[in-house]
Amino acid sequence: MNAAASDLPHQNTGEAILHMTGIEKRFPGVHALKQVEFRLFPGEIHTLMGQNGAGKSTLIKVLTGVHPADAGQIVFAGNAVKLDSPEAAEAAGIRTVYQEVNLCPNLSVAENIYIGRFPRKAGRIDWPTMHENARTLLATLSLDLDVTRALDAYPIAIQQMVAIARALSVDAKVLILDEPTSSLDEDEVQKLFTLLRQLKARGMAILFVTHFLEQTYAVSDRITVLRNGEREGEYLARDLPRLTLIHKMVGREIDPDQLAKPQWADSKPGDTFINAQSISRRGSMQALDLDIRAGEVLGLGGLLGSGRTETARLLFGVDKCESGDLNVGGQTARFSSPRDAIKAGIGYCPEDRKSEGIIADLSVRENIILALQARQGLFRYLPRKRQEAIANDYIQHLGIKTPHAEQPIGLLSGGNQQKALLARWLATDPKMLILDEPTRGIDMAAKLEIMDQVLALCRKGLAILFISSEMSEVVRVSNRIAVLRDRHKVGELPAGQTNEHAVFHMIAGGEQ
Amino acid sequence: MNTATTEATGWHKVLVRHPLFLPVLTLIVLLLVNRAFNAHFFHIENKDGHLFGSLIDILNRASPLALVALGMTPVIATRGVDVSVGAIVAISAATAAVLIGGQMHIVNGVEVYVSNVPLPVAIAGALAVGLLCGLWNGALVAYVGMQPIIATLILMVAGRGIAQLLTAGQIITIYYQPYFFLGAGFLGGLPFALYIVAAVGVVLWFFTQRTALGLFVTAIGINPTASYFAGIKARAIMLCVYGFSGLMAGAAGLIISSNVKSADGNNAGLLMELDAILAVTLGGTSLAGGRFSLVGSLIGALIIQTLTYTTYSIGVPPEANLVVKAVVVFIVCVVQSEPMRKLIIRDPILQGASR
Amino acid sequence: MNKPSLSTRLTDPRTLPLLITLGLFLLMFGYGSVAYRGFFSAQVFCNLFIDNAFLLIVAIGMTFVVISGGIDLSVGGLVAVTTMISATLVQSHHWPIWVVTPLVLLLGALFGAFQGVLIQYFRLQPFIVTLGGLFLTRGLCFLINIESITISDPAYTAVSEFRLHLPYADISANVLIAAVVFVGALWLAHYSEFGRVVYAIGGSERSALLMGLPVARTKVLVYTLSGFCAALGGVTFTFYMLSGYGLHAQGMELDAIAATVIGGTLLTGGVGYVTGTLFGVLILGVIQTLITFDGTLSSWWTRIVIGALLCVFCVLQRLLDSHASKRRTGRAAVGKTVAPAVAAGDATPAEMVAQQH
Repeated sequence: MNAAASDLPHQNTGEAILHMTGIEKRFPGVHALKQVEFRLFPGEIHTLMGQNGAGKSTLIKVLTGVHPADAGQIVFAGNAVKLDSPEAAEAAGIRTVYQEVNLCPNLSVAENIYIGRFPRKAGRIDWPTMHENARTLLATLSLDLDVTRALDAYPIAIQQMVAIARALSVDAKVLILDEPTSSLDEDEVQKLFTLLRQLKARGMAILFVTHFLEQTYAVSDRITVLRNGEREGEYLARDLPRLTLIHKMVGREIDPDQLAKPQWADSKPGDTFINAQSISRRGSMQALDLDIRAGEVLGLGGLLGSGRTETARLLFGVDKCESGDLNVGGQTARFSSPRDAIKAGIGYCPEDRKSEGIIADLSVRENIILALQARQGLFRYLPRKRQEAIANDYIQHLGIKTPHAEQPIGLLSGGNQQKALLARWLATDPKMLILDEPTRGIDMAAKLEIMDQVLALCRKGLAILFISSEMSEVVRVSNRIAVLRDRHKVGELPAGQTNEHAVFHMIAGGEQ
Repeated sequence: MNTATTEATGWHKVLVRHPLFLPVLTLIVLLLVNRAFNAHFFHIENKDGHLFGSLIDILNRASPLALVALGMTPVIATRGVDVSVGAIVAISAATAAVLIGGQMHIVNGVEVYVSNVPLPVAIAGALAVGLLCGLWNGALVAYVGMQPIIATLILMVAGRGIAQLLTAGQIITIYYQPYFFLGAGFLGGLPFALYIVAAVGVVLWFFTQRTALGLFVTAIGINPTASYFAGIKARAIMLCVYGFSGLMAGAAGLIISSNVKSADGNNAGLLMELDAILAVTLGGTSLAGGRFSLVGSLIGALIIQTLTYTTYSIGVPPEANLVVKAVVVFIVCVVQSEPMRKLIIRDPILQGASR
Repeated sequence: MNKPSLSTRLTDPRTLPLLITLGLFLLMFGYGSVAYRGFFSAQVFCNLFIDNAFLLIVAIGMTFVVISGGIDLSVGGLVAVTTMISATLVQSHHWPIWVVTPLVLLLGALFGAFQGVLIQYFRLQPFIVTLGGLFLTRGLCFLINIESITISDPAYTAVSEFRLHLPYADISANVLIAAVVFVGALWLAHYSEFGRVVYAIGGSERSALLMGLPVARTKVLVYTLSGFCAALGGVTFTFYMLSGYGLHAQGMELDAIAATVIGGTLLTGGVGYVTGTLFGVLILGVIQTLITFDGTLSSWWTRIVIGALLCVFCVLQRLLDSHASKRRTGRAAVGKTVAPAVAAGDATPAEMVAQQH
């Protein structure tokens, strides 16, 4: 699987600043990295690609010293180095900017840049010099901020830039950007890319991790693809067609074309189950119209941050609607908590499965019956036999792979956790399911199984709201697709006219 | 961690892995240490139909702590803590003392005890005050959204002031014979306080076994957000849990004041919060929330009382008791801590799961 | 751009509690001056410092702990055990003051460091460790002596009776010590790397770790500092009372926390002011003085009023906090779960970091 080093394409004639070889990393039960090789050249943007679980984040953590490698060699600037702690990586000149801004929100902008190496005068922190330095540094990034204000006074995108400024405030040789664009809008992403290109021109070696194909091709010079903890290959971006890249990431077992093929249920949708008339919430969603019928999958198209999860939260009563009308099952509804939504027959599999979905230390059985029991109330406790019957029924029915129903759900794989969450809602006999990224972070086979489940449920007459950042999946399962951009709905693709191109066109702003 | 994942390999392994194994073992060792110093330690004798002996004494004296620990257990299971229980004990004791007061009249040469208000009213009043304090804590935690330690700290600060306000700064002595039955009476040969603990235990057993309370409390403790998303009335349950803790502290206040026949706003239930937290922790309930064991907490309370008894019987000055307890707190916490468990138990499942 | 107006700065949730505290102090002192004869005098004002110097010292140590996101419940016991050790060594063993004082300060710092190590390296919750510390220190007092020991050592009485004469009032040696501690703490909080790292840890321990800051060392040092301050508080308390007793400073940990919180320090960490703590202590002092001047109110009202103030300030912090997260309507706040109050007992940052690794 590993291409020999001599086969690797060369763009720069210079030496690699970073060369990792034979990197091994094991976690209990997981062989996360298998003999991985990785190179990084100065003056280049190198993107690390791979599906969830391919080993991207583990490789980054090895490189930043968070999880030192079990075996392998890391040569940095010509010397073999041991990166066994974040401090060691920092000292070597490897700087990292993470997806969630890892700065201190309560400290000022200037402090966030310089903490750890404050300018000093007579043994004390020299605040004026620090503020001046910070302003100068931010100016080189075309940022004009009040550096004395607390960081959390600024939006995430700005915080992200401050994090980069911190990385640049010392002599950084390698800059790692771990999915920095996930919470940025298009405009901000472009700003970031301009900055990256500037840095590249200055000779910085940049390692960029992202999910987004567009962004990969927009800035990358070189791409390394990881799959199942192994290096699939290293390529120059201009030599690697998109389809090939997808093939490399996905592997050859599954034909990506098959994913793209619409599979939506051809059953006749029934009556409208939920109807939202210009529901909105300040800072969350602007006047949204939406209706979903029984026996229909409505897909939500849109980029990250376009308001997909916000829509789900409004419909499930996690966030209250501030205006607009919501009609559920023919009756006006006002949800002030998830309980209200559950009573109306709605179930919600949240995007963040770990922190909002599963209850890790509870057994699969307890997780499955939880919503049903919550609806029944405290006193009508389901007898243990009944609980077991329900749990085993769904374990069998949905093919949840677990040794037994008493296994703590936290020990299951992501796909099986997702199925158990699905079971939790199915046990309440819902009329509508909101599935927010149900396929995130699970393997391809499980993705297909989940999507087949969605279609089967739809055929049984459930109304389903399907959210995924994989547009191909949305197109595959949805009857209709509502398209969001910047927290409002920009249009809807009716049944029979759903395809990826149309969605992208609509997101991009082409009026239809 | 749930042990259901490991195959049963012989009864002794099952026994060792049982969550109550360590608490019970600790208790047995402590009892045996006592036996070594005092040959009559296990001796129980029957005097006028009342059972007497060291064991009975430990059980009796442990009952207020057992009640508070039972109340504290669900609180800790929801990731909370209630540091105000000591203050609530003082408030409840003060309330009971003020309501009963009591005088002794000699009517026709016979002593007649008269209370200010009927006994049931006084008991109900003291319990209600405890419940109210608990609900106040619960409201701050569940509805205002304060951290539990902070929310209950407020009552911890103000509580003793309130207790003294009720007793006008005095130590109120109670002169009403029937009231003493609560803390010092015997029924069927056993101290009456034991029946109170037993009754509370039965009620709790019912609630955790026959209702979904145990499931909901555990779920909230492990993942509050996910529990809310699953439709659990998390706030209402938190309110109830803190209310119950307050009620139990109120009951403990009744027993204590009945036992010492007085109410002292300054010292009743002093440092009881730590004893209760310690009892719960000793019983195997993690301070990080989640799975809890009520039986464990009862055993924890017994361990603490036995420990107190031991320090007396091996001749250490009673003042050293605090030091001994503190050392136990440190040891138990360190042993239960995650880094330590990783060090001791080289169990790949446990290690993997804690990631 | 982005130069915030003065009014924005003043209503910033980080400074507003401090302003309220300042206003409250002036209001209470003003009320006392109007309501009671003899209240408005330099000596009454200075007495606030004389009678609370030890509390100020202890509360300053507490402020650093709370800013770092922790809590230290052992300080009251540490004060008591310091008075006890001092009194025993001086009275029974006739050790000189210049040996006893550094010794007890060292012991206090060591005890703080011990607690810090338990908290940091065994990932234990600060409140349980320091509550254990409270038991231990109080127990040690009674192991040394159950009775109160009065100090008659001439050096101690001399320090105790020392008065610095200012134009309209006198201050004691304790006030001078507290003043030095106060200035030192201001410097530490705002001009030292250690201080800023404490703030950083309180803001986000995980971030502080990833930024390569010395988190472990700083956290142990914070508790060491608190232990040192408590011991110094104990030394000044010994000067104030001229005795050692196991029941000294009962509930002082609560007073110190109350002063810290009333002074605008967030109990969730990351935000706080040494100056605020000074005013917090002064407010507690004024309450006591008002009750003394009134004469009809009993001493327990102090506790109740402190509890009520603590409650008001905690609720205020909560409200400002939720207001602030509403105000930030950018993607930052929305994407995150503005979880219901249910998520109250969140894992401490330390635990979160532990889980991440």
